Amino acid sequence: MSLRSDLGRVKGLGAAHEGVNHWRLQRLTAVALILLALWFVTTLMSLIGAPHEKVVAWVGQIHVTVLLLALSLALFWHLKLGLQVVIEDYVHTPWLLIAAQIAVRAFAALGALVAVVSILKISVGMS
Amino acid sequence: MSRSKPLSPHLQVYRPQITSVLSITHRATGIALSAGTVVLLYWLASAAGGSDAYAAAQGVFSHGLVKLLLVGWTWAFFYHLCNGLRHLAWDAGYGFKISTVYRSGYTVIVASLVLTGLIWACVLAKLGGA
Repeated sequence: MSLRSDLGRVKGLGAAHEGVNHWRLQRLTAVALILLALWFVTTLMSLIGAPHEKVVAWVGQIHVTVLLLALSLALFWHLKLGLQVVIEDYVHTPWLLIAAQIAVRAFAALGALVAVVSILKISVGMS
Repeated sequence: MSRSKPLSPHLQVYRPQITSVLSITHRATGIALSAGTVVLLYWLASAAGGSDAYAAAQGVFSHGLVKLLLVGWTWAFFYHLCNGLRHLAWDAGYGFKISTVYRSGYTVIVASLVLTGLIWACVLAKLGGA
């Protein structure tokens, strides 16, 4: 008889050690990005060649600030999940695998922070 | 570790097919777009930095070579978007018939090229008018 609970046995098992969480989050962020990225790319068209004041005024609108923040978080999360799988598939040298995974996490975290801080700085009128 | 076991598939002697080529292109565009986020961050950070920094960034973006890179990233974006929709349909259990897989594959190629053309026609019209 095992002393482990059913929940304990189910949680964290499988080759990924995290069940279907990665798969699910990759799809969830993908669906979010379909909407957010299409909105961003089409809206960006009206800002081509626009002066700084116009860009600042655009970002400063509350709905634009919120959508840009959501886009940044979904984007860098999706990026981390995707690059992680590519590295898992092609890098087989243990130390290189770990180094690459840390580098991807660092890049995704810093990228998301740069985006969030920049958006907020513009939004609160400090640019 | 023993290396005598047969490895499969031998990609070097495997005829490229639309299924495998589109699959690896999805990964390649994902990697390219990841690198491209640096451009997005530069644009955002320069806008946050003030009008001088933003004007400098606009100078960089108007450079011919940078524009060429941006065209490449636009195509990578639309390819990853269209093929991503194809993957989501598969995840939901649709489109597995081999004729459907081929048809959706060619649709992705055409759609990504058309959308890239549309966006850049719009960009060039705007820049020409400015």
